[in-house]
Formats: sequence, C-alpha cells, structure tokens
Amino acid sequence: MVQNFRLDQIGLINREKKLSFKFNGKKYFGYEGDTLASALIANGVHLVGRSFKYHRPRGFFGAGVDEPYAIVQLYRNGETEPNVRATEQELFDGLEAKSVNCWPSVNFDIGAINNFLNIFLPAGFYYKTFMWPRSFWYWIYEPFIRKAAGFGVASKEHDRERYEHKYEFCDLLIAGSGPSGLASAYAAAKNGARVILAEDKPRFGGSLLTSDVSINNQSGKEWADNIITELKGMTNVTVKNRAQIFGYYDHNMLVMSERVSDHLPKSEEFTPKQRLWYIRAKQVVISSGSIERPIVFGNNDTPGVVLASAAKEYMKVYGVLVGKKPIVFTNNDSAYETAIEFKKNNINPIVLDSRQDSNSEIIKEAKSLGINIKFSHVVVAAKGYKKVKSCDISEISEDKQNLNQIKNIECDCICVSGFWTPTIHLASQSGGKTKFKEEIDAFVPDKSKQKEVTLGSANGIFTLEETLKTSFDKGFELSKEITNKNNSQQIPKVSEKKHSKHDRFWCVPLPKGKNYKRFLDFQNDVAVSDIELAIREGYRSIEHVKRYTTLGMATDQGKTSNLNGLQLVSNIENKVVPAVGHTTFRPPYTPISIGAIVGREIGKHSKPTRKSPMHNWHEKNNAVFVDAGVWLRPRYYKRGNEGLFEASKREAENVRKNVGVCDVTTLGKIDVKGPDAAEFLNRVYTNAWLKLPVGKARYGVMLREDGIVMDDGTTTRISENHYHMTTTTAQAANVLSHLEYYLQLVWPELDVNVVSTTEQWAGAAIAGPKSRDLLQKLFPDTDVSNEGLPFMGFVEANFFGVNARIFRISFSGELAYEVNVESDNGNFMWEKIIEIGKDFDLQPYGTEALSTLRIEMGHVAGSELDGRTIPYDTGLDGLVSKKKDFIGKRSLLKKAYNEKDRQRLVGVVPLDKKTSIPEGSHLVKDPKGKLPNPKLGHISASCWSVEHNNPFSLAILKDGKNMIGSKLYAMSPLKNKTIEVEIVSSHYVDPKGERVRS
Amino acid sequence: MLYIKCPHCGLRSQNEFAYGGDASVKRPELNKEISDQEWDEFVYLRKSPRGKHLELWHHVSGCRQWIKVLRDTSTHEIFNTYKSEEKVG
Repeated sequence: MVQNFRLDQIGLINREKKLSFKFNGKKYFGYEGDTLASALIANGVHLVGRSFKYHRPRGFFGAGVDEPYAIVQLYRNGETEPNVRATEQELFDGLEAKSVNCWPSVNFDIGAINNFLNIFLPAGFYYKTFMWPRSFWYWIYEPFIRKAAGFGVASKEHDRERYEHKYEFCDLLIAGSGPSGLASAYAAAKNGARVILAEDKPRFGGSLLTSDVSINNQSGKEWADNIITELKGMTNVTVKNRAQIFGYYDHNMLVMSERVSDHLPKSEEFTPKQRLWYIRAKQVVISSGSIERPIVFGNNDTPGVVLASAAKEYMKVYGVLVGKKPIVFTNNDSAYETAIEFKKNNINPIVLDSRQDSNSEIIKEAKSLGINIKFSHVVVAAKGYKKVKSCDISEISEDKQNLNQIKNIECDCICVSGFWTPTIHLASQSGGKTKFKEEIDAFVPDKSKQKEVTLGSANGIFTLEETLKTSFDKGFELSKEITNKNNSQQIPKVSEKKHSKHDRFWCVPLPKGKNYKRFLDFQNDVAVSDIELAIREGYRSIEHVKRYTTLGMATDQGKTSNLNGLQLVSNIENKVVPAVGHTTFRPPYTPISIGAIVGREIGKHSKPTRKSPMHNWHEKNNAVFVDAGVWLRPRYYKRGNEGLFEASKREAENVRKNVGVCDVTTLGKIDVKGPDAAEFLNRVYTNAWLKLPVGKARYGVMLREDGIVMDDGTTTRISENHYHMTTTTAQAANVLSHLEYYLQLVWPELDVNVVSTTEQWAGAAIAGPKSRDLLQKLFPDTDVSNEGLPFMGFVEANFFGVNARIFRISFSGELAYEVNVESDNGNFMWEKIIEIGKDFDLQPYGTEALSTLRIEMGHVAGSELDGRTIPYDTGLDGLVSKKKDFIGKRSLLKKAYNEKDRQRLVGVVPLDKKTSIPEGSHLVKDPKGKLPNPKLGHISASCWSVEHNNPFSLAILKDGKNMIGSKLYAMSPLKNKTIEVEIVSSHYVDPKGERVRS
Repeated sequence: MLYIKCPHCGLRSQNEFAYGGDASVKRPELNKEISDQEWDEFVYLRKSPRGKHLELWHHVSGCRQWIKVLRDTSTHEIFNTYKSEEKVG
C-alpha cells in the first residue's frame, strides 16, 4: 500500500527498515523511527477514535505528550494496554492497535448520537441528571456510565511483563534534552558534576530537531547530536531517552518512568518493560520546554485540525504531511516555520494571521517564498465531519469582536498556533508558586521552593540565544556549588530569526446565527458554552469550574486546554488571568502503568518469606504450609488421603496420648540484658518480675498504655542480668520497637539493652505425657526429672555435642518442653528428636493441631488478644499486679474496664455436639430477634476438641462468667448458620492445670 | 519521600523510618497518682499543628534509634534532627 502522505527527502526515520502494523484490523506499513501516529498519517488515516462525551470523530492534534485525541488500545506480544497515546507509541513490526470509545466501529459509532443530543449533555450533566430517582443509580446509570467512560479496556489477565524499580542519586537531574537541558547538562558535566539527563522522547534535542537555527555554524540537530555523543562518553553522566520525569516529590526526590521495551515487539529476556527510577538530586534543572496552545474556533475538534508545531514535526522528523491543502492559522510568528516547511516540500499553504500586520524576518522570508498570507483573518469554523474538507474564514475587526463577510475555502488540514505555554508542571509540583508573565500570556515558575531551577521556554524564554546563555551559566553555577570546580565552557554562537510580538487573541467569536461547538478541552469534550453555563450557574473558583465541567481533568491534564479555559473565565468574569489563578498540577505528568508503580513487588515478592532451619525436613515430610506473618509454618503433615481436619486431629490426639514435636522457631525472641533488666521487665509486664530466680521462666502479659493487651509470652532468667524474652510470632517486631521506645525515650536511666535473637535460635516444642521420657533419651547427661527440671524451669544442656537450652513451658497444656539450639544446628536437633522419638510414638504436629490444643485448654492467643481486649476480658486477671505500676496500668482503672458485665473469655459447645461453630459468629439470645439483633459476644476461635471428641470454641462474651451454663445461639450470616450452643468454662481440658506440673 | 538526617547514620530516605508521633508528649511518672483527665490527655489527645512540629521517628531499618525531628507539617521542611536524649528548644 502506498503511503500517500509520505515525503521522499526529509525526516529522521530509517527508510531501509519497513515495518508492518495493524490498525482496527487493517494492515499498513511504516518505517523504523515512526510513531504509530506518524505512520497512520503517512497512510492517510486521520480518524482514530471517538470523543469521550459526544463521540465526535477524533484525529491527531499533537505529535507528542500533549496529545488529547489519539488514544488507542495497544496489543503487544499477547498483552493489551489501554490509554496509549499514538503520538508517543513508537512503531514496531507487528504492532496492533484499535480505536477506543466507539462501538461497533470508529466509522459507524452508535454513541455519536450523543453529538446530536448534546443539548442534553451540558456541563454538570452527570450531577444533574443521575441524581434521581435514587434506585436508578445501581442498575441503569452506573452501568451505563461505566460502559461509556474510559479510554480503552484494562486487561483482566495477569501482566506477564517485568517492571523494575531503581534508586539513584546525582548532583544535577535535568528534565528535558532541548537546548536548555543540553546546555546546562554539558556545562555541569564538564565541571565535574554527576548528571542525569532525561528525555521523554526517543530522540534527544527537543525543539532543536525541528527549528531553523544554527549553533556554531551547525544545524540545531547536529549540535544536539554532538553534545549528546560527548555526554554519553562521560563517566559522570547518565543519559536516558524514553524516560519521563513525571513527579517531583519532597526533598528533591523525583520519579522517572523509563520505557525500556515499549518500542520493541517484545521485551528481551531479563529486561523489564518499564523501569521506575527514584532519583534524589542535589539540584534539579527543569528544561521541560513548552507546548503550543490552540486558538479556539468553531468545530475546532474536527480531524485535520492540528497544532502548527505538530505539523512541522511530522514533516521534519517523520517526513509526513498532515495535509496537502493546509491552512495555517496563527496569532504569532512561530507558525510561519510550519508554512515555510510546507512550501519547501512543494505544498502551498495559506496563512491566516489574526494580527493586522507584521514584518519580521521570518514573515519576510515567507513572503519572498510566495506564501499567501492574509492578515486580520481568522478561521471561523472547520467544515467536514470525519476530516476537514473546507473552512469558513473571515476578516476580523481590530478589537477582535466582529467578523466581516464569511468565505468558505477548500482545505484538508488546519494548522493552528495560539502561541506557547511553558510546561511548568514539575516546578509547580515541587511546591513553588507560579507567576503570570504578561509578555507571553502564560504562567511561569516563580520563586523555587525546593532546589530546582527552570530554564528555557519552560521559563518563558523563547529565544535560543538567551536560552543557551542562561542555561550554560546556570549549569556551570549549580555544578560549581557542588563540585567546587571552575571549568566553564564557551557559550556557542547562535543564529536565529527574530520574532515579532504575538497577538493576545485566542478565541474566534461566533458568527451571527451560528452555534458552532468551540472546544477548549478536547479529551473531555468541554466547550466554551459549558464554561459559560457553569459560570451562569454560580461557579466562581477555577477549581470548582474545573470539577463541574471536567475541564483539564482528562488523562492529558489539560496540557492544551488549561490556559484557554482560564482566558475564558477571566473574560467572562472581567478579571485578569492571574486573578483567576490556575488549578493545581499534580503528579504524574502523564499516565503511568500500574505495573511500573508496583515493580517487582508482586505475589510472593511483595514481602520476604522466612523459613525455619527445619523447613526442608517439613517439605520432605508432606507438610502443608500456612503463612504466619512472613513465616511459612507447617499447618499439618499430610498422611495418605488425609485432609486438614483428619491430619490435625490425629496430630493433636497423639500429643494428648503420646508425644508430639512442633517447630516453634518462628516465635519472637529478644535478649534483654543489663543490671536494670529485672526492673525494666517489671515495668513492661503486668505481673511481678523482681523476684524471678536464675534458671526460671515466667509467663508475662504486656499492655499498651491504653490498657489493651499488646502481647504475651514467657521470659526466662538465663543469668543474673540476662533474660530471654519470647513474643508471639506476629508481634515480634512491634514488641522490640515498643521496648526500644521505653528504653531510649521514657526511661533512659535504665541500664538495659535489647536485641532480637529470633533468627539465632531454632526451637522445638516437645509435648505430651511421654515427653519427659523422650527428653531423658535426648539429654542422657541432664537431670530432667520433675525435681531436677520443674514446671517453668530452665536448664542449659548438651545435646549430642551441641549447646541447647531446655525450657519447661507448655502451650498445649500437656507436660511439655521447648528445646532451643543455635539455628545452624536446628535441623540436626529436629532429625535427632524424630529419630529417637520413634520409640515413643512421636509425631510432628503443625499449627492447626497446636491451635486445637491451646483452644481446648483455654489458652489465649492472637484471636483473643486482638487489640480490643484488656487482661480482664481474657481471663488474665491473676497476672495483673495490684502492687506495682506498669505500662498501661492507669488505664485499667477506667470505668468501662471495670463494669460488672464486662466481656469475658468463655468456652462454647454446640448443643448437638456435632456442628462446628464458624469463627467470627455472633452470640445472640434470640436467633429470630428483630434487627439489629443485640450481639452479646463473638466466637474467637474454634476447634474439634480431641479430648471430648466434639466441637469446642472460645468466645468473648458480655458478662461471660455469669453466663456459664446458659444457652445462646451462634449466628454466622456469612456461612448462613445458626447453632444452638451452651456456654461453658474456657478451661475445657484439665481445668486445674495438673498435667503441665506432672 | 522525605530525606531525614538520622543523627547517628546520616541522610536516609523516609522508608527506613517509622513515624512515632508528637515528641513533646511526656509519660506521667510511675506510681504517681494522676487524674483521669491527665491520663486521657497523655494516652489519647494529640495536637495536630500546622507548621513546626517536633516529632519522633524510629530508624527501624537502620540503627533502631528513636530520634527527634523538627519538621514543618505543611511544607515538610526539616529544620533539624536530634538524638533521643538531646534537649530541644
């Protein structure tokens, strides 16, 4: 297929390499170096989508990041991505894209009926219409809006691409590689600074790629190429293309999105699709350039209406004509470069200039080339539906209020230029204020807030000579402050054409009797009439006008529409633009992939996985694992066809009958050392600690200052000034921070140190009536008799040549011990226990059996100590010292904490002794009670009691002690279950606690 | 992301720290009788000033020291940082 709009001689594309691609199912060709937009235009395709609200035909408006229209759904390597700007997407072989916002097709779109109903879709339409009737929201309005909204469809598949994050530091971070970026980067780099230069586009050079200037007798592009080549060769410089700095955050942290592989048919192995850079810079140079803004006229959204600078870029970079019968409509000199470029390529443009006359250098050149220039002329309205076919033009009065006779002239594109808007997003995001610069009718950065400076046209400087001079100076000056070096560079000689003053004119009045839509925001379909309506309805603040009309709220964030919107509001309100102010710029500057934000932290990579030293043994022995915080713990060891229930029941029964072993390595362990350690523990725990002898362990409960239980565990006095504290697996990190807080800030006078030893010790709990006999075999040289090692006793012992600690403590309620060895010996210990345990019918047990054992014993754990309970609620009254003060004690005096019918820990058994009660069920008196049915308590933990062979649960129940013996209902609407239950003591097994002492 | 100068380690990114709230809060002494109101003020009531605020940060992924940071809550400017034992102001 012939590319009818491709020029032969000009452009930076590689004509040697032809690429094939598909758009809306049809096959086309382009060249390496094309964007999807330039390739489509080369093929004469101008209709790429439908607009958001009215479904009007949409073409191309810009040639880069500012593009409001040409948003497509992209298909690449089996994945699909919505909201891709065709002007930024580089062409690759096999690329596929589709239009969005249209059904059934872009050429015949049913939603376009909105265009004819637009009288019903004014500003604030959604607010006004969909309020009533209320019930319609759920099944009519919302589904309709959802279907109609958005730019494409997010994939429901898992994203197989790889995204990375990178942290970087530098002296100077430079955003944009136009003349100011290159000059400041070069000056700073030559002066020894560490520089990162980021360019959003694939090609470096910014405006130098297309402007007709010379620097040191080279073309702009040649000079840029030479500077970049030199910078790339310097070790203190990082140069990145396809990399956009989209956010300026606190303390000079900027985030850059590098599109590493988006321009390739697929990402190479071990290469990410995109990489997010978090860059901390000592200084930031914002050289983000400026964006041309349109002049507003009738039907200015018709495909074929493009920015004049974009038309020039399509010719000079891509060798593509946006049209063959162009109108150039301008209020300033810069658009003449576009007209001249057309002329050089044998196309005859007509220039309509809103100014009365001008005789600058460039206009003289245009005249000498024979270009038809009509001063005091404007485009009144574009004609044509899917593409511009002609336009109505007219002479305009000096005050720009009145049109003369209207004439229709044939054309196929309208290249519009309403002067330039500095890109101040980053400067504004940094927290700095902006100021309105009268000479250019636009905002520029005011005083910097962070360490940042804005240069070149982003700062409202539109001559190359001044831009290069200030940028070389600033790059040198900033680098000198950092490097203390003094190598300055000579500022190059510049030759450029002088421009005359632009015209403030920005909006063509409507001719009498015509009601053309004149669009301000092209992506959200906000027209002049919408803003007028909003103001008539009383919206005054620009922030309110924005939200009511959605001006500038689309994915392009109003890059081409903001200033014209402000002009309009200021005209109607009779205020100057700076008095209207502008809305806040927020990151990201352009949409960023969710994948890039998430990076590598997906699935199992979102947190570390901790494994005990015995993990491999568990794995080999059919353990089924469960996440316990970041740890992986065996939940049960599967035998044959067993499921969770059968296996955990078997394991728990074996502990009650024989002996079991459980990996308790994950328990938090903290060494507490120092002469004041006992005093410190006495303040941290609710019970007394001053008299604990060496070689003894004690159970302790610690509170937060608000009286809520924070954690529990046993702490053992290893030697005079050395305690070994254990915490629950989940709270280990919080407890350490808590202890450090009190030691460092509240009681710094206490001579105590704390350090986590969780990873230093591997632990095995040996529990069951045969545990002592087994222990004696494991430690033949140690006296482990009831006298030698009584309940809550501790001894250091020799375990087949390695050092071990034996604690006689019990979570299961059976006679039990915990053996700790250094982590490296953990597996050795475990295998020995398993081997020798065979003679005692030992079985390993997992967390499920562990839970069963503790629940039927009435021992509390995380599900009872859930951040809402005080010691009295959970049967820990006996551990609260009346004599001494401790963290949180004062809170326990609170009236609510001492109410007689305060919630209490109880046991719950279903009356039928069969039905397990779902955890989280509510306890109520009357299962058929009127809603809201008063909740008396909730089921915190459930198990199958192996001792009684029926279900048993723990519950936190209002006035629980007095409820024992009464009958209630456990209701779980979630599981749709109502179970009649009896309230019993929480100590369902061995209520006197004889076994642990046996 | 804030850049916080740990007085022990030097400049570090915010993600190494945990926020610890108002540093001017003083815990009532142990064993001292105080009113419900005083206790409630200590446990629950915090000012949320706009502007300068002396606050605690815990260098959890660093030296594990609690430090004091004088920060502007609206601009995020950090004026100074202090070791836990340093008296401020």
